Amino acid sequence: MNVRIGEVQTVEVGSSHRRGAGGAVLTAVLAILLAWLSPLRAAAPGDNAAPQVPDTLQQRIAACTSCHGVHGEGSPGSGFFPRLAGKPAGYLARQLMYFHDGLRKYAPMEYMVRSLSPAYMREIAEYFAAQQVPYQRSQVPHLPATTLQRGEQLVTQGDPALKVPACERCHGKSLTGVEPDIPGLVGLPYDYISSQLGSWRTGTRAAAAPDCMSEIANRLTPTDISAVAAWLATRQLPADTHALPAGSVTPPLVCGVLAGKGGDGT
Amino acid sequence: MKWLRRLVILIVLLVAVLGGRLFLGGHSDESAPGATSQVSAATLKDPALIARGKYLTTVGDCVSCHTEQGGADFAGGRILPTPFGNIPTPNITPDKATGLGDWRFEDFWRALHDGIGRHGEFLYPAFSYTSFTKVDRDDALAIFAYLQSLAPVHKPAKPLGLSFPYNVREGLAAWRALYFREGVYQPDPTKSAAWNRGAYLVQGLGHCNECHAARSAFGGTHALPLSGGRIPVQDWYAPDLSSRAHGGLQGWTEQDIVDLLKNGQAAKGAAFGPMAEVVASSTQYMHDDDLRAITIYLQSLPPRAAPAPAGPVPAATAMVNQGAKIYAASCADCHGKDGEGVAGVYPPLAGNSSVLDPSGLNAIRAVLLGGFPPTTAGNPRPYSMPPFAQKLSDADVAAVVSYIRHAWSNDAPAVHQRDVFKYRHTPIE
Repeated sequence: MNVRIGEVQTVEVGSSHRRGAGGAVLTAVLAILLAWLSPLRAAAPGDNAAPQVPDTLQQRIAACTSCHGVHGEGSPGSGFFPRLAGKPAGYLARQLMYFHDGLRKYAPMEYMVRSLSPAYMREIAEYFAAQQVPYQRSQVPHLPATTLQRGEQLVTQGDPALKVPACERCHGKSLTGVEPDIPGLVGLPYDYISSQLGSWRTGTRAAAAPDCMSEIANRLTPTDISAVAAWLATRQLPADTHALPAGSVTPPLVCGVLAGKGGDGT
Repeated sequence: MKWLRRLVILIVLLVAVLGGRLFLGGHSDESAPGATSQVSAATLKDPALIARGKYLTTVGDCVSCHTEQGGADFAGGRILPTPFGNIPTPNITPDKATGLGDWRFEDFWRALHDGIGRHGEFLYPAFSYTSFTKVDRDDALAIFAYLQSLAPVHKPAKPLGLSFPYNVREGLAAWRALYFREGVYQPDPTKSAAWNRGAYLVQGLGHCNECHAARSAFGGTHALPLSGGRIPVQDWYAPDLSSRAHGGLQGWTEQDIVDLLKNGQAAKGAAFGPMAEVVASSTQYMHDDDLRAITIYLQSLPPRAAPAPAGPVPAATAMVNQGAKIYAASCADCHGKDGEGVAGVYPPLAGNSSVLDPSGLNAIRAVLLGGFPPTTAGNPRPYSMPPFAQKLSDADVAAVVSYIRHAWSNDAPAVHQRDVFKYRHTPIE
C-alpha cells in the first residue's frame, strides 16, 4: 500500500515541476489528501497486514454454526444437532436462557452460553430465526406401519384416554410452529425429537412452570415417543414452512412459556 | 499407600478433634450469638454504606459461589466440587430461617475473618476465609450491610456431600494449623498507595490465590503466591500471574491486564473457563482505579524460575506432524499460521500461558469446548471458538494440542491421548 502511495506522490511532484506555482499548490493539496488517506489505507488488508476478520454476527458465532450450520440448517447427517433456521426468535432466545439457567441440561450448550448476556443471546436467536434455507431429510429407523399410524394419530388427533392433546393444537395445523414462542416440528431428525421427548420425562429438559411439554411427554409411553418422532420425521414438508402468526392457536393446556395462556381442556 | 494416608488422617483427626474442642471451648462465650450487636440497626441501613458494600461484594464475586445455576442471587445452593466431596454454598440473603437474617455483624466478621460459623463451628475452607481474613473491618461491615439490604429468599441449605473423615468439622483444626493465618492486610509502607490497594484486593477480597496457586493433597495452598495451579476436580489450570521473566503473563502490559479484567479480552488472551465467570460477574464492574492498582501489584510479582526444557519427544514427532495438518485445516484461519492471532479478536497461541501451562489442561479443554469470552460492556458481542469435541478424536486433539505447544516459540511437553479422554468427560459444573 505505502509503495503505491509513494508512486502517486512522485508523479505529482514531477507534474508540479512542469506546471509551476499552481502545480505546487495542487501538489500540496494532494500531499495533504494522501497524508489524510494513508492511515485508512494502512488499515485495509495488505500484503503483510493481519488477516481481516469480518465484522459480522455470522463470524462472531462460529461456535454456534460449527454444529448447527452457518444458516442454522442443523446437521441432518449426525441426526442430533437440530435445525435452528426459521424457528421463532422468542423460542430460540428462551432455549438459550434455559441452557444458561440449567432448565435444559446439555453440558456443551450450558458451557457455551454461561457468560453471555441476555441481549447477545437474543441477537443470536434473531439471526437464526431470520435464516431461510431448504430443509434436508434425515434418516428414520424402519418401523412397522402400525407405529407410524399411531404417530400420525397422536400428532393430528391426540389420545383423549391418555389426556394427550394433538401436537397440532399448539404447534399449528401445518406443524411449522407459531410466533413467537412455539417451535415447528417439521424437518427435525428422528433422534432429536425422540431424545427431547425423553429428556422431558427425565427432567433434563424443562420449561417455565407449568411445563406442559413435560406433562405431555410423561403421559406418553416410550413406544408412543418413537411413533411420534418417526411420523414427524417422515412427514412431507408443507409448501410454506414459516411459523404461523401469533395467536393462530388456542393451546389446550396452561403453559408457562405461553405466559399462562390456553387451557380450554383437552 | 492409601491405607497409610487414611491412618495418618485418622490420627491427625483425633488430635484435631481434641484440639478443636479446646479451641472452640475457649472462644465460644466471647461473642455468643444472641448477644446485642455493637453495630446499630441504623448504621446497617445507611445508604452510603450499603452502596459501598454492593461494590465490595461485587469485587469479592460473592454472587458467583453463593448462587446456583438459574437460582436467586445470593441464595446459595451452588455445589462446589472438591477432592474431598461436594460442598453446597449457603444462602446469604437475610432470610431469618435459611439465610443470614438472624446474624449480627459480629457473627459475619467471625465467619469472614476467622472462618468460624455462627454456632462456633469451623467453616470449610471452600469458603475462602484464608483470603477474606485480610479484609478490614470497615469493608466487612459495608458488605454485611449490603447483604442485609437484599430481599430475603427462603431457601434451605442443601446437605453436605462429604463423608468420613471430612464431615467431622473439628478435623479442620489441623487444617487450619497448617494452612490458615488469621489477620487483616497490613500495608507495606515502602510501597505506593496504589500497590497496597492492589495487594489488598488481590490477596483479600479478590481471593485470586485460591485458584492461582497449587493446592496440596490436603487442599491447602503453600505454593508461591499466584504462581499458578490446577483447580482440583474442576480441572482447569489457573495460570501464574507474574508478568516478568518466565511468568504466566510475561510480556503483558498494564493495559493488557486491565483489558482482560474489564473487557474479558485483551490483545494477549481471552478469559475462558472459570475466569470468564469471574470477569462476567465481578472484575468487569471494578473501578478503573482498582483495576490499575491490581495491575500494579501483579506487575510487581517476581520473575519465575525457567521451566525445564521440554526436550525432544521421539514418539511425539508423528503426532506433532498430524497436529500441524489439523492446525492448518481447523485453527490457522483464526489463530494465524504462526499462532499470532488477531489482537482483541482471536488470542495468539504463540507464547500464550494457557497453551503452555504445565498440565496442558487448558489447551485440551479449550479445543474440546470452544466457547465465547464473557460478554462485557467493553466487548458486548464477543467472537467465539467452535467446539471440537464432536469433530476430533482424542488422538487428533492430543496431536493438535501437542503441535501448538511445540510450534513457533512454544516449548512445552506434548500431551497424551489419555489426558484428552479424561478431560472430555470432566463434568461442567
